[in-house]
Order: sequence, then structure tokens, then C-alpha cells
Amino acid sequence: MNNRYSRRQFGSLITASAATLAMPRVLRAQTEGRLLVIGGGFGGATAARFAKMTYPDVSVTLVEPHSSFVTCPYGNLILGGKKQLSNITHSYDGLRARGVNVIHDRAREIDAEGHRVTLDGGDVLEYDKLILSPGIGLRWNAIEGYDEAASEIFPHAWWGGDGSQITNLRAQLEALPEGGVVGLSIPDNPFRCPPGPYERISMIAHHLKQANPTAKILAFDSKEGFSKQGLFEDAWAELYGDMIEWIPASQDGRIMRVDPENKLFISEFGEEHRVDVGNVIPPQYAASIARDAGLTNESGWVPVDQHTFEAEAARDIHVIGDANIAAPMPKSGYIANSTAKTAVKAALAEITGRPAWEDPVYFNTCYSHAGADYAVSVAAIFRPTAEGFEATPDSGGISPRGPLSELSRNRRLESRYADAWYESITNDMFS
Amino acid sequence: MRRKRFFAIAVSLTCAGWPLTALSEGANGQMLAQACVGCHGASWDGQGAITDLRGYDRDSFLRVWEEFRTDERPATIMNRITRGYTEAEVAALADFFASLD
Ligand SMILES: Cc1cc2nc3c(=O)[nH]c(=O)nc-3n(C[C@H](O)[C@H](O)[C@H](O)COP(=O)(O)OP(=O)(O)OC[C@H]3O[C@@H](n4cnc5c(N)ncnc54)[C@H](O)[C@@H]3O)c2cc1C
Ligand code: HEC
Repeated sequence: MNNRYSRRQFGSLITASAATLAMPRVLRAQTEGRLLVIGGGFGGATAARFAKMTYPDVSVTLVEPHSSFVTCPYGNLILGGKKQLSNITHSYDGLRARGVNVIHDRAREIDAEGHRVTLDGGDVLEYDKLILSPGIGLRWNAIEGYDEAASEIFPHAWWGGDGSQITNLRAQLEALPEGGVVGLSIPDNPFRCPPGPYERISMIAHHLKQANPTAKILAFDSKEGFSKQGLFEDAWAELYGDMIEWIPASQDGRIMRVDPENKLFISEFGEEHRVDVGNVIPPQYAASIARDAGLTNESGWVPVDQHTFEAEAARDIHVIGDANIAAPMPKSGYIANSTAKTAVKAALAEITGRPAWEDPVYFNTCYSHAGADYAVSVAAIFRPTAEGFEATPDSGGISPRGPLSELSRNRRLESRYADAWYESITNDMFS
Repeated sequence: MRRKRFFAIAVSLTCAGWPLTALSEGANGQMLAQACVGCHGASWDGQGAITDLRGYDRDSFLRVWEEFRTDERPATIMNRITRGYTEAEVAALADFFASLD
């Protein structure tokens, strides 16, 4: 949308950068470099777009296997019946139009020493700097019996992929027998999108309240507490009565084994729970390309520099998004978007002669929909410090708590602002 | 209860009071403003119910920011966001938005 504005904006960015650059043309021509971005999601698409807009002379290539991107954010609204798959699917044409070379293939191997990446299709791409934002891998069989085949019966719907996981879960919810049981298995920290499972529970309840009001939701959790817990629990009590039961680890909430054929969740203490629909969100680690390249540590995630996001294990590879270690920053789309820009500036500083962002600020907001016209949020502003990433004291935090009679306007406004967030951030990736 | 807490914050911040002439001291306005594109439009040009920030008058920006920070201006989220930035950063943001047309 708003092409007129973005073109104008684009023009002014170039003028601004030319002014601050004040570098001879010859030098600029010499400093042209090759930026390769692997992964066209929240981190990678943001990085490619920002790099091309900020450094028009740098060649930017993006490698992503899917020909369009299905976001995880707003996927839960498909479960709630408020969105369709087409509403959360984005084309790469906008990036192409900006001059990003988009290649639909999977990166198979990274040669960090030789600065080369081999694709599944056999092509070899050379780079000066690599931005890696491949997202998460699922730890198949970490929950016994939960492998890729099992995820057809008990979908995870924890990556966008081709959209089939989320539509599978939606179809199963629609087919739920009257008064049936929906079970969720929720992992321990760290995992992608801390409030995501609880938004999902809310959206499933929102659907069932209308379509199947005697149904039950059993949410088995491997933790004792969760993101925005008070806000979610208030919303569940206000909107869904006793439909939702959340079971923490200490009350045998940890699911150790699944039996998809017989539709069973088996808990730590050996209890068998029959579910009609199962949504298993398994434990996670960095996507395989990061692990295979030797960038991860024993945790399965990638340690990075807090100012540049360069991987500790390899020069010239900057790892952003869910794949890296950035606690207490959440594994969120907003953090992937925010850190992508710092990483691009750091990566291209050397080859363009333009400064990195010396004192970066990282930004997160996650809106969660708890019902119709009912959303809550968490915001935080982070900075790199000697001790690691740190949330800026006395700032950020969650939406106010209180009786719905007093806060209904706030909740309604936040649900509208959440919609604006979704449009705005996906435009910052793909427009 | 909530009101009282907000009152206390308001008092302490007003004492620390920012002059409207705050200097940006080299803070990078354009990069700081990247945080805002996730809501205020990918070119800060507004998105749905959230306002356009281009060409925002510098003094008004500083005043509105301070009002959010001290809960004197109604907000769902900007009160929480404004508390996370230094004076120099806010000045750099004000300069940046005033410079956009
Ligand atoms: C249900 C749910 C709701 C969420 N809601 C929110 C929300 O409201 N707000 C928010 O901020 N975040 C939200 N998130 C989190 C958000 O989706 C992630 O944090 C974000 O996607 C991380 O970005 P990324 O770039 O690391 O990974 P992704 O966005 O997953 O992108 C990774 C990309 O890399 C590609 N890839 C992987 N391996 C390779 C390879 N070898 N070669 C080439 N490409 C490869 C993948 O195909 C994928 O497209 C939600 C997540 C879920 C599951
Ligand atoms: C998570 C979404 C979000 C982000 C990120 C965000 N804003 Fe806002 N902004 C809002 C909303 C919503 C309002 C309306 C007030 C409210 O409800 O808090 C607003 C209002 C404002 C206003 C007042 C506009 C007016 O004239 O009424 C200003 C100024 C502003 N924001 C500046 C910024 C700046 C600068 C940033 C980046 C540092 C930023 N905002 C980041 C959501 C956001």
C-alpha cells in the first residue's frame, strides 16, 4: 500500500544517506559488496529490504525455499475463525521490485572459511557478509512418539511453512465432536513466541464458545508460569467460563510421550489423557542450517555478539531472529525485525565505510488476541550491556489489569492497534 | 491504587524535567525510529488506527512524549514505550520526525 509515500520516503533516505556519507564516488563504487541473506521470514525479509533501501549499491540476495511467506503471527486468528490463510500469506514480489535478488531454494551448506553457500539445487553463492535468520527447528522425538509423521495427526502449527499445519489444526477444530477435548502440549523455555500458546488457547476457546460450547481445552504446560499470565487468566475467566484448564508442570502438566494413533497424551507421572484434537508444540532449537554449520552451542541455539549479532563461532556470519541466544529478549517477530537492522548496519560497516549503530536499542512488542475485540500487549526496550542484553529499567511491561467493565475500551483499542501492528510490520518486511 | 502510583511517577519525572530544548548528542534518530515502524507504518506514514509521524513538530513531539511518560496523556502503550528512552534519544527522534515531510 501507499506506494506514493514509500517512494517519497525512499528518496529522502537516499538523500539523507548521501549527505551523511559525504564520500567520494570512487570510494563508494569500490565499497560495493555482496550481502547474502538466508531465510525470508521476520529477520531475513526485514534485513534484505532494509539493506537494499539503506545501501542501494550493495548487492542483496535472499534465499528462501517457500515462494510465499506464511506468518506465525495472526495464525492463531485462523483458529479463531477471524482470518483466512490468504490474510497471512505474503509475496516476495515487493522485495524483488526493490532490487533484492530472491532465490527460492534451500541453503544446504555454509562454507564459513570460503564465504560460500551451497543450495539444495546445486548453485553456489559467494558472499562478503552473511545474514542468517533461519528460525527454529523442532526437536522431533524429544517428546517420545512426536515425529514429523505424528505432526500430521497432532499438528504443531509452530512454523508458517506452506500453511498446511495451521489449516490442518483449524480443520480438526471444526470437526471436533460436540463436547470434545482439545489438548495442547506446551514446552519449557526458551521457545518461539512466549505468549503464543496462550493466545492460541484463547483463539481456540473463542471458536469453540460459538461452535461447540460444551467442549473442553486442556493445556498441559512444562512450565510453572507464562507470559502475560494474569492478563490471560483474567480474559479466560471473563470470556470462557470454565472451558479452559491450564495444568502446570507441578500438577503433572509435562507431556513426555504421545500416541497419535490412539489420540493419547502421556504425562510425566504416567497419566494417559485422551484428546480429540491434539496440538503439540514441541521443544525447539535453532534451524538445522545453523546447527550443521557449527554455529550453535550445547543449548542448540547460536551465541552472538550483542552489538553486531555476529556468531561467536564464525566471522562474517550474523545470526538474527529466533535462532540466536538473546535472552531476556523474547524469540519474537518484532525482535527479529528490530535486530535485523542493527545486524545489517554492523555487517555492512566495513565494506561500505558507513558506521555501524554504536549504541543500539532493541525493541519488542507482542500483542495477543484473547477474544473478539480483546487484545493485550507486552512491550520492552532492550540494550546491550557488559552483562548481556538488558531490559531498560522502569519501562515497558504489560497492559493494565483490572475488571473488564473498566478496561473494555482499552482491550478493544489494543485489538485494533494489534491489527495495525500486523500490517505495519509485514509492510516493513515485504512492501 | 493505580492512580496513586502513576501520580508518584509523574512527580518524580517532572522533577527530573526535560527542557524542551533537549539536544540529541549524536543519538541516531533514524535508527531509533526503526522501532516505530512496526506500528506507525513502514514509512512512519501511519497505519490503520495508528498515527502518521512524518513532519511532527519538534516541540509538540517533545511535549507529547513527556505527557505519555507521565501518564498525563491517555495511552494504551505509548506510556510504557516512552519510559524506555533517554533524553538524548528522544531529542534525536524529535529531530528525525520533524525532518521528514
Ligand atoms: C503462533 C505464533 C504466534 C506468534 N505471534 C507473534 C506476534 O504476535 N508477534 C511477534 O513479534 N512474534 C510472534 N511470533 C513469533 C515469530 O513468528 C518469530 O519470532 C519470528 O518468525 C522469528 O523470525 P525468524 O526470521 O527467526 O524466523 P522465521 O520468521 O520463521 O523465518 C525463517 C525462514 O527461514 C527459512 N529457512 C529455514 N532454513 C532455511 C535454509 N536452510 N535455507 C533457506 N531458508 C531457510 C524458513 O523457510 C523461513 O521462511 C509468533 C509465533 C507463533 C508460532
Ligand atoms: C506497539 C505499537 C507502537 C509502537 C512500536 C510505537 N507506537 Fe507510538 N503510538 C502507538 C499507539 C497505539 C498510539 C496511540 C496512543 C496509545 O494508545 O498509546 C501511539 C501514539 C504516538 C504518538 C502520539 C501521536 C499523536 O499526535 O497523537 C507519538 C508522537 C508516537 N506514538 C511516537 C512513537 C515513536 C517515536 C515510536 C518509536 C520510538 C513509537 N511511537 C512506537 C503505538 C505504537
